[in-house]
Amino acid sequence: MNGTGSIDERPLLVAESVSKYYGARVGCRDVSLDIHEGEVVAVVGESGSGKSTLLSVLSTQLPPTAGCVTYRMRDGVARDLFTLGEAERRFLLRTDWGFVHQDARLGLRMGVSAGGNVGERLMAVGWRNYAAIRSEAEQWLGRVEIDNDRIDDKPTAFSGGMRQRLQIAKNMVTRPRLVFMDEPTGGLDVSVQARLLDLIRSFVSTYGLAAIIVTHDLAVARLLSHRTIVMRHGSVIETGLTDQVLDDPREPYTQLLVSSILQG
Amino acid sequence: MTSAPTYNFAYLDEQTKRMIRRALLKAVAIPGYQVPFASREMPMPFGWGTGGVQVTASVLGKDDVLKVIDQGADDTTNAVSIRRFFEKTAGVETTTRTQDATVIQTRHRIPETKLSDGQILVYQVPIPEPLRFLEPREVETRRLHALEDYGLMHVKLYEDIACHGHIATTYAYPVKVDGRYVMDPSPTPKFDNPKMDNCAALQLFGAGREKRIYALPPYTRVVSLDFEDHPFEPTRFTDKCSICGAEDSYLDEVITDDHGGRMFVCSDTDYCERRLGEQTSEAAQ
Amino acid sequence: MYVAVKGGEKAIEAAHELLARRRRGDPDVPELTIRQISEQLALGVARVMSEGSLYDPELAALAIKQARGDMIEAIFLLRAFRTTLPRFGYSLPFDTNDMAIERRVSATFKDLPGGQVLGPTFDYTHRLLDPSLAGDGHDDGAEAALAANSPPPASFGVPDEVTPHVTKLLDGQGLIEGNPATAENGIVGDLTREPLEFPAERDTRLQALARGDEGFLLALGYSTQRGFGRTHPFAGEIRMGQVDVFFEPEELGFEVPLGTVTMTECEMVNQFKGSAEAPPQFTRGYGLAFGHAERKAMSMALVDRSLRARELGEDVKAPAQDEEFVLSHADNVQATGFVEHLKLPHYVDFQAELTLVRQMREEWTATSEAVRKETGSRSENSEAAE
Repeated sequence: MNGTGSIDERPLLVAESVSKYYGARVGCRDVSLDIHEGEVVAVVGESGSGKSTLLSVLSTQLPPTAGCVTYRMRDGVARDLFTLGEAERRFLLRTDWGFVHQDARLGLRMGVSAGGNVGERLMAVGWRNYAAIRSEAEQWLGRVEIDNDRIDDKPTAFSGGMRQRLQIAKNMVTRPRLVFMDEPTGGLDVSVQARLLDLIRSFVSTYGLAAIIVTHDLAVARLLSHRTIVMRHGSVIETGLTDQVLDDPREPYTQLLVSSILQG
Repeated sequence: MTSAPTYNFAYLDEQTKRMIRRALLKAVAIPGYQVPFASREMPMPFGWGTGGVQVTASVLGKDDVLKVIDQGADDTTNAVSIRRFFEKTAGVETTTRTQDATVIQTRHRIPETKLSDGQILVYQVPIPEPLRFLEPREVETRRLHALEDYGLMHVKLYEDIACHGHIATTYAYPVKVDGRYVMDPSPTPKFDNPKMDNCAALQLFGAGREKRIYALPPYTRVVSLDFEDHPFEPTRFTDKCSICGAEDSYLDEVITDDHGGRMFVCSDTDYCERRLGEQTSEAAQ
Repeated sequence: MYVAVKGGEKAIEAAHELLARRRRGDPDVPELTIRQISEQLALGVARVMSEGSLYDPELAALAIKQARGDMIEAIFLLRAFRTTLPRFGYSLPFDTNDMAIERRVSATFKDLPGGQVLGPTFDYTHRLLDPSLAGDGHDDGAEAALAANSPPPASFGVPDEVTPHVTKLLDGQGLIEGNPATAENGIVGDLTREPLEFPAERDTRLQALARGDEGFLLALGYSTQRGFGRTHPFAGEIRMGQVDVFFEPEELGFEVPLGTVTMTECEMVNQFKGSAEAPPQFTRGYGLAFGHAERKAMSMALVDRSLRARELGEDVKAPAQDEEFVLSHADNVQATGFVEHLKLPHYVDFQAELTLVRQMREEWTATSEAVRKETGSRSENSEAAE
């Protein structure tokens, strides 16, 4: 949402012909996509499809071998992400963006309390009132359905599902406009997954979040995303509205993917 | 076999002193920033004040008057050892009186007597990096300082309050210098932090083993990190010095028997003696 | 009345005097001579020279005597002395191809040019304490050996035969990675002049390892063999012998020999790897030490190879691969300084901690008493209600 309350219709993030090679090995090849405010895009494929590489490049954690990625900053100006200085990129990653890792230990400080984890971004942007930080942390823990009396516990004492929800709270505290998620439901029990997906879905609609979700699980794509991109061997082989791609896949590989979940 | 070497003034050769002074100038130009320097092996072990000794050796001139203290006292063994080192290698006048010294090398205390323009205070620093115990990697802490990314420091303070109800750091309490760099004041008790702020003397910090130098030019703003609603509070003693009666100085606890008997005396021996001397002469009048 | 503790100076003087007496020990026992140490404890002298970063067997022997046999204390003495020495410049790099070999073994080939030369090694001795060495003046074992064998075994060596390095032989067949080319300006890092910074390049890494503690490197090297960052090492070449050192003064414009030093060198041949650009080749680890010091040279070579994980594209997972960890803690003079500094007074900071702990204990007691009162009155109330 921009200041006037209406959604800016220009794309938020645009990737143009992004390729990433590891020596001679292809990570991803010639991928173009865009994403708008409040839109969720799923990137699906099997392991080795290049979807994680793509996510790493889009979130500037890896530089592309070719192509470029632009992002519309909070001031409305679209910037080529790889021309930003490191300070600017780190600031972006910590305020306007979120990143939810498959392994929560990568996205959390396991030795720091839940409250400290959620408060960290606030402290990094200059919040200096302990009570205010704690209160904001309590609110976000509540919104991700973690009991407030766990605020001083360390994530080592949390279940997998709780850690993921804590990750989300930690990211949301600065009201990011774009969140990257790497297999957010990986390794979780089915019922726990469902709860997490519900939470993500409600956040997307309540906060107008845009999200790029990498997943091998088509059910996650179906539940959360507006559009889906299918990758194989580093290339995009099909893209379109999620329902269309999943209900009426055109490519044989997509058909294979879709049919295998029906049997599974 | 080579004959016994003769030493340059204050032990270090002039090239080395020049190198250290260049580092000191950089440090003074960027208050609170840790400047790497090629620390030399000194005749005392790393961890025993080699950084402070190298800084002192580089700024000392033959007309200087040197005071050396450890834990606030001139007579503790390491202070004695360092003072004798400079007596032997520089032949400078030494003193125990803070007001008479031009260069004061200290370990773990700032003198109670207010320092003045023209004095230099040289601190011995074991671990210069305030973020070291939160982030062990040098590559990462350098980046955090460069990006002024000190969130982690406040997370630590937050955790303390969440866990103990207050900030649990009692010495080496981190400070923000001139609104930019976060600095470790060396293991001085937090009681001494306010003395660094707007101090008239030049404050130099030497970490020999870790090979870093940093500095506070005179009259620099030095603020202890805290939260608005949990502001920094220097330690307050409920007792007063059993020797001179001071209520405003840092006190050492001395155990007098094995039934829990104890008493408190000024850690700064010069301050205590001076007060006692003044009281005695007043009494005599 | 309490009088503040004084007398630090006197205490120190007395301590030094007592130290000197202990160092001398029983005056009826002959005093150690420097030559006895440099001749008969040569391996200890070698270690002190390497880690003290100064080649001078006599000074190292003196340091060992002054340090009463504490090797790290001796290393410290040598380092401190080194600081005072004027520097003329850097010697020319010497080529260990020109080494007058006393000992040379290779585990990678049964036989090879130059042969396997055992030299003076403990390797095949049986570790049985030899009472014949307990005598005070005469070493019966050595005298008998000298009488039985003439010429002495040292001449069994082959100083004149060509002894190329195994790695050179492998390199000739393209089987091993080449040594990295020296930087164009020929400038090599020098830790005694510039502080160590991370990430470190191989030249500074090797220098740090060369001065590093033998025990620490031994443990790390051992850990790689046990799976903490495995590098599949083979001892391609271990050689020990004399090498000439040359220096080229600017004013003369030609090389001048400074003397001869004894060096131990180890080249490990490690896990091969290939890439898109090159077919598989063995990789290298390198170790070098003053005097006769195989354990040090071998451990150094193992750790050198481990630390190359980053540049060889390997996952950095094990302690021996962690550059900051290894290099920050390898210097035993720094390490002992900091560990032993804990003996210095810390009572001011301890006082600060005492104050806080006492305060926290008071708060804890007050809180738990309040809680007990509260729950006590609540249960009283509920009892009353029942």
